[in-house]
This record gives sequence, C-alpha cells and structure tokens, in this order.
Amino acid sequence: MTLLRADDVTVHFGAARAVDGVELDIRAGEIIALVGESGCGKTTLARTLLGLQTPTSGQVLYEGEPLPSGIRGLREYRRHAQLVLQDPTGALNPRHSVYEAVAEGLRIHRVPGDERELVASALSRAGLRPPDRFFGRMPHELSGGQRQRVVIAGALALDPSVLIADEPVASLDASVRGEILALLLRLRDELGLAALVVTHDLGLAWNIADRVAVMYLGRIVESGPVEQVLTAPRHPYTQALLSVLPESETPATVLAGETPDPSRVPAGCRFHPRCPLLAAGLPVEVATRCRTVDLPIVDGAAAGVACHAVSVASSAK
Amino acid sequence: MGEPLLEMRSATVDYRTAGGLVPAVRGVDLRIDAGQTLGLAGESGCGKSTLAMSVLRLLPRNAVVGGEILLGGENVTEMGWGRLRAVRWAEASVVFQGAMHALNPVQRVGEQIAEPIRVHGKGPVERRVGELLEQVGLPARRARAYPHELSGGQRQRVMIAMALACSPGLIIADEPTTALDVMVQAQVLALLSKLVDELDIGLLMISHDLSVLASTCQRLAVMYAGRIVEQGRSAEVLRQPAHPYTKALAAAFPTIGDPASRLAPRGLAGDPPDPAQLPAGCPFHPRCPSAMAECSVTDVLLRPAGEDRVSACLLEVEP
Repeated sequence: MTLLRADDVTVHFGAARAVDGVELDIRAGEIIALVGESGCGKTTLARTLLGLQTPTSGQVLYEGEPLPSGIRGLREYRRHAQLVLQDPTGALNPRHSVYEAVAEGLRIHRVPGDERELVASALSRAGLRPPDRFFGRMPHELSGGQRQRVVIAGALALDPSVLIADEPVASLDASVRGEILALLLRLRDELGLAALVVTHDLGLAWNIADRVAVMYLGRIVESGPVEQVLTAPRHPYTQALLSVLPESETPATVLAGETPDPSRVPAGCRFHPRCPLLAAGLPVEVATRCRTVDLPIVDGAAAGVACHAVSVASSAK
Repeated sequence: MGEPLLEMRSATVDYRTAGGLVPAVRGVDLRIDAGQTLGLAGESGCGKSTLAMSVLRLLPRNAVVGGEILLGGENVTEMGWGRLRAVRWAEASVVFQGAMHALNPVQRVGEQIAEPIRVHGKGPVERRVGELLEQVGLPARRARAYPHELSGGQRQRVMIAMALACSPGLIIADEPTTALDVMVQAQVLALLSKLVDELDIGLLMISHDLSVLASTCQRLAVMYAGRIVEQGRSAEVLRQPAHPYTKALAAAFPTIGDPASRLAPRGLAGDPPDPAQLPAGCPFHPRCPSAMAECSVTDVLLRPAGEDRVSACLLEVEP
C-alpha cells in the first residue's frame, strides 16, 4: 500500500528549480534511501513530503489524500509523518530534560493516555532502557548516539507511520552509526514503520534501505531495489557515484566540477554537461537527444532510469 | 634515509581542567619519512586531532605535552616561539577541516595564500600564488576571489595551496574531506595523493573513515582512548583487522555488494570512553565483543601481530 506519494512535484524558488518534477512512492513498512549530492534538491523534497514546503506544482498525497493546507490539518498530518534531523544536538533544547523533549510532541498533539507511560514506552522502543533512568537527564549528559535516540523517541511517541530522516547518522561516530541504523531497521521490522532516509551515503542505503532513488539537479535519475541499483547501476551518474567510493573495484570516474546551479538547468538531459558516456562518444543521434531532449520523469513506484543512452541500448535488445 | 620527517616517542598530551589533568594522548610512537603517508583513524575524543596538532603545538593553552615530538630531528616541545614560527608552514603545515571556517571571509584567497610566503620571505609572491593555485587545479585568476565565491571543494583546494605555500616536507590534513560530497571528496583525495607523489612530501591524514584513509595512505594507525591500538599497511589493516576495535570500525562502513552487510548495519554497543574516566585494563574492554577476564585488569600495550603489524590486544592473532 502506498503511504506517502509525491505526484509530479516541483518546488521552484524564483529561478531555481530545486525540485523539478519528482514522482516517489513510499509504501507502508518500506525504507527508501534518497541519495544525491548537496544542492540536488533532496532536502527540499523531504520538506515538501512533510508539508513544511508547499510545492509549486504537483501534490503530495498521504494515504491517497492530498496533504491538508490549513495549519490544523498539517499539524494532524505531522503526527503520522515525523522528521528526524541530522544533528541531534541542535534538535534538542539544551535546557529540556529527556522527559520534556519526548513529552513535548505528545502535549502539542494532545495525545490521550498516561504521559509517563507513553514517554517511557517511546524511550525504550528507541533503545534507551530502562527509560525512567533517562527521564531527568539533560542533553549535555548524553552521548551523540543517545541524543539521536532521544530525537527518535520523540518521533516514536506520536506513533507515526513514516519517519523522514535527513542524514540521521552523518554527525555520529562510526561505531555509533551502525547502532542507530540498526534501530531504524528494527522499528521497520517490529512496528512496520516506513522511512525515507535522505543521505549522501550510499553505504547507508546498502545497510538499511529496500529501495533507493538517486537524485540529480531536482530530478530522480534512477530508482529501484537497492541490490539492483547499487550493484548494477544503469545511469552514468549512479555509476560515477559508486565508482568513487574508496573501496570500489571499478576505476574511479571522477566527475569534474560540482552539482550545477538549479537556476540554470541544462537543456536536454540535465546531466549531459558532466556525462562521462557522452564525453566518451555516443552515436550522433543519441548524443543529439542528450543535448536537446528532456527525459520523461521516472516512475515513483517501479524501477526506472532517466538516460537516453540506456533507453536506446535497452530498446535495441 | 636521513632523519625522519616526523617522529614521536612516547608522546603524551594532557589537558589541565578544573577536575585535574585529563589525558588526551597517552603515549604514542610513530614515524613518517619523506614520501610516506600515514592515516590516523579514530572517533571523536580519541585524541587523534590533539595528537596531530601537537606536532606544531597548535594546542589550547591548557595542554601539557610530554615525551618527544621530533620534527626533522628537532624536539618541538623544546622550541622557542621564534623557532616554532619558522617551522610552521616551512617544515610542516596543516590542512584544517571545514575550509569555510578556516579561511578569512573578508580577504581575497590569493592574499591568504601569500601570507605565509611573505612571513617566510620566499621570493616573488604573486607568481608563486598563481603557481600554487594551478598546482591544486584552480585557475591563477581565482586568487582575486573571496572565500564565499568559491564552492566547498574549491575552498578546500585553497587550503591545500596554502599548506604547500612554503614547500613544507610534511603536511598534516585533519579530516580534509569530511564536509564534502562524495564526488568532491574524490577530487580532493586524488589531488592530495598526486601532490604527495609529485613533491615527495610526507602526509599525516586524520579521519574517522577508515576506507578514505586506506585509499590515500600507505599505512594506517587506529587510535582509541588516546593510544594507537593497531598499526600496519593500509590494505591489510582494512581487510584483516587484528584489533577488535579496528574490526568494528571497518565494519561500520559497509562495502556495497557485500551480502554480509546487506540489511545488517553493524556498530558497537556503548560509546567511546570519557578521557577523564578511563576504564581499568584495556580501555576498549567494556565495548569489546571478544573481551576476556584478563582484559579488565591488564593494561595492554602494542605487540607484534603479523608482518609489519602491531596491535594492542591480548587475543592471539591467527598466523
């Protein structure tokens, strides 16, 4: 069942086309990794899915219904879709105890039931046990990993159906990283909690995600099951990203320059000025299409790739 | 082989605090010769940055340095301020993490690169700045740019140009690619490797990412709680770690395509210890999956663990 869906979403800030036509389905109990370099629009897309950013066109659907537009409706929606940020130190109020941090959401949403019990249950689901030992602790008394668990507990207290996590382990130590990822995986298995994890880290996708969507300059250029996309990437951008990982066995394809400016999206395929396939030489017909013809939007539910060279190669088979 | 570029003998750094001396580096021996690259890995608080900054005494005032830190045979801990200033940039220089904060935002980058050259009075400044920028893959005219006009990767290139300005023998790179995207990280690492190769300089690179270090450095040293717990040739340390902590660190960054790590993130329970309250015995024992009874009472020092490898662990290493 599709829980959350981006339906041809665009988000433009003036001339900048931060998100420029994205379809993405998140199903119940599924973990999706949205990967891309900084400036590719992945965080803007995540904010749009949370209702924190209004799309310029297209819409976001939760359980088949468009997101409400009013403040009250959005507040209700955010019980179901919770945000987990990168830096737990910034996300927690330094003067609030762990108990206060987790109870805050319960109070805002006026969740019925015994507050102490709800807080304790959320803390223990986030792996902070025994929970009452953490009630009075202040953020500065906790380690980085424990702080991120408190943030996750705050989200879990509201019993959401999907977490949207923006680089949830990027600021954590290497040995702690695995523990937090294991927690996300366990929440999916035990509670059926879906998650969209926004990251630049392909190893994270390999560790926990079912599907991966690779974003480049406002569009998803390749998506599909993790095993497929990460072990047999089809888009030259995905191939390049994987080739530069330190442990990669294929020769590194280091793309020159950085993610280009979303206010000047190239004509044709938006990746063509940096494309190693095009630079290495493609049949004239294909190369012309790369430079002039925009690609269709990749389906949000199935596996897909937005590349002229790949479409030609697969239709020739 | 002449003098090593850098040699540390039982180096220690303690921080004076209200609660007494807190040990950050607890006896480290290491050596880097010209053309050699050493990667220093570890998590925050393990002492790796303190160790690296002790080489040029770039430490806060409350730091107390002990043991010997020899830069080109000369003990850094005994240098006067004048000598220290002469040695900084000219014999060893630092590429800091987070180029955004390390550069002066209101000064053109060319001026910032020129500063160490002027301080050390080394020849025609403008031409040298241009050469340096080209060496790090930026057009010479970018000297006129302000830091905010450059991208993250370009700023890190400027930092590297500054570090090269006075042709030092040793470069210390502290998490040089941490805030960068994978593609830009690959560009910067390739540049560093090329420069080390071409200029025959020594490199001490610090990171929490074992695979990044292994791809750039010949040798790897892994630090935990202020000490090196394993050292050896990079590829071997990464592929066949001897110390359980190195194993955990290596497993934290999965190899894509490896079925063992698919849907199975691996970490370590617990957190790195507080340097002010180190556990007795091996400081890693409370988190160690292979800990034995002796580990909580024996202070384990580095011992041979195969060819060209040392490890601070009581476990017998399979030959």
